[in-house]
Amino acid sequence: MAATDPMLDSGADFRTRLQNWLPKIVLAPSFAVMVIFVYGFIAFTIYLSFTDSRMLPSYDLVGWQNYERLFRVRQWDTALVNLGIFAGLYIVISTIIGLLLAIFLDQKIRGEGFLRPIFLYPMALSFIVTGTAWKWILDPAIGLEVTMQRWGWESFQFDWIKDSEMAIYTIVIAAVWQSSGFVMAMFLAGLRGIDNEILKAAQMDGASNFQMYRRIILPQLRPAFLSAFVILSHLAIKSYDLVVAMTDGGPGTSTWLPALFMYEYTFTRNQMGIGASSAVIMLMTIAAIMVPYLYAELREQK
Amino acid sequence: MAIASSDNAIRSNKVARTFIYLFLLLFALFYLMPLGIMLVNSLKPLSEITAGGMIAMPNEWTIEPWLSAWSTAQIGVQPTGLRPYFINSIAMAVPAVAISTVAGALNGYVLTKWHFRGATWVFGLLLFSCFIPFQIVLIPMARILGLLEIAGTTYGLILVHVVYGIGFSTLYFRNYYAAFPTELVRAAQIDGAGFFQIFWRIMLPSSGPIIAVCCIWQFTNIWNDFLFGASFASGDAAPMTVALNNLVNSSTGERPYNVHFAGAIMAAAPTLLVYIVAGRYFVRGLMAGSVKG
Repeated sequence: MAATDPMLDSGADFRTRLQNWLPKIVLAPSFAVMVIFVYGFIAFTIYLSFTDSRMLPSYDLVGWQNYERLFRVRQWDTALVNLGIFAGLYIVISTIIGLLLAIFLDQKIRGEGFLRPIFLYPMALSFIVTGTAWKWILDPAIGLEVTMQRWGWESFQFDWIKDSEMAIYTIVIAAVWQSSGFVMAMFLAGLRGIDNEILKAAQMDGASNFQMYRRIILPQLRPAFLSAFVILSHLAIKSYDLVVAMTDGGPGTSTWLPALFMYEYTFTRNQMGIGASSAVIMLMTIAAIMVPYLYAELREQK
Repeated sequence: MAIASSDNAIRSNKVARTFIYLFLLLFALFYLMPLGIMLVNSLKPLSEITAGGMIAMPNEWTIEPWLSAWSTAQIGVQPTGLRPYFINSIAMAVPAVAISTVAGALNGYVLTKWHFRGATWVFGLLLFSCFIPFQIVLIPMARILGLLEIAGTTYGLILVHVVYGIGFSTLYFRNYYAAFPTELVRAAQIDGAGFFQIFWRIMLPSSGPIIAVCCIWQFTNIWNDFLFGASFASGDAAPMTVALNNLVNSSTGERPYNVHFAGAIMAAAPTLLVYIVAGRYFVRGLMAGSVKG
């Protein structure tokens, strides 16, 4: 803006000008915070991922070395395989359970208002609380296994949480417990949005319930499927607290996920360069899922 | 809850309905089971848990584990119980929720009613910032908090939660205000009302529900956060989630499971209470943050 002489400006003029600038002035702090703390920090971390930073940030560039080393480290391999298992099962099982609960709840169920909050409350809990509960429930020494044995089923065994091959599956159980109710709510909202006239017409044409769901209802739930997939996959990639609370990555490093890897390498093992590169990979993976989704949503709103 | 019941056109017979009810009840049990186990075992003497397994009512009821978890249990190196950390979490969550909600309301107002070039871009950038994995900001954040000399303090955590809470709070208010009639704002403008007057007299009085949604969402998220708490405030300023994790994962010798469960319920209590009192708004917040990104 050109400099103006305040003496020549009438009071009213100044007020109008201020009013014109006020919206931007009000937005400015949030904008600045976002630019610095989100995008500036992302840029800084990306930069660090190309440096030889160890315990402290260093500014000496080393090219792609950290990424090359990252993909040679055994624990990163473990973390990626675990993420594949965890995310795959978590998404599929939560979606199936959520969809079934939503469809069943949508059958004019008595007590729906009582059941729905029960399905959904785990979503209000901290993953540390969920982890603590499931850690001891699945602990063979005091939880499910020993209880079943005391009740007379002496050969009952369920010690996955202590078994490095199986421990990752116990994380899936707890995570599904926490978020399948949320998926139910998304599908239920979708089901309630379907036009009943179409269903009635189909019914008059003699369509069976199964046919109606397969041909009419499920295809209309496509946006809900997409939302569920996007939200669950982004939660899976960010998963950290639940693993820390349940197994702390163990036994050994068998339940490491990328988020644990990043934390361990950066803050415990003083390999900040490698830690930063793992964070960049996490960001890119989430961006690949979220950006197209958000872009489509934003365009749709216009 | 917000979802209205619809007239469903699906027919079903008796057998199918019985199966549906059984299925739903079974899952209700599955969801309630961990909370029930925590509650029951937090009221048992430890010897009953180690000798009798978990899934039984206590023979002897005791509130000893609760007292211990609250005021004497060993957290890290000190036998302080969870009380100071519970207070930390409140001191962190209340200002962070308030500041991020106010900022979100103003941002949403500007982005919808004072449209300027690039507004969609600003919003898009804010929106994406809601979903980043926070690992990508941990290293620089640690540096900045160090430079500002608020590393390891509750102030530091407030700053962090405000910064990364603004995205979601803006998202809520923007989507809510987008449906608010712009004509009212223009009419007030013609009558000579200013920027803040319009916000205060016209927007705010009808913002009750979205303020509730936003506060509840922010509170739940901030209270439940573990990553930032563990990274930036271990020690005396640790929030409740970090203290609970220390309690559960660092006890030596015989593990006081009953104390762990009592502590876990304490950590869950505030968000659970909010959910019970205002579940409707919590669900709305969840949906607004997902279905309509």
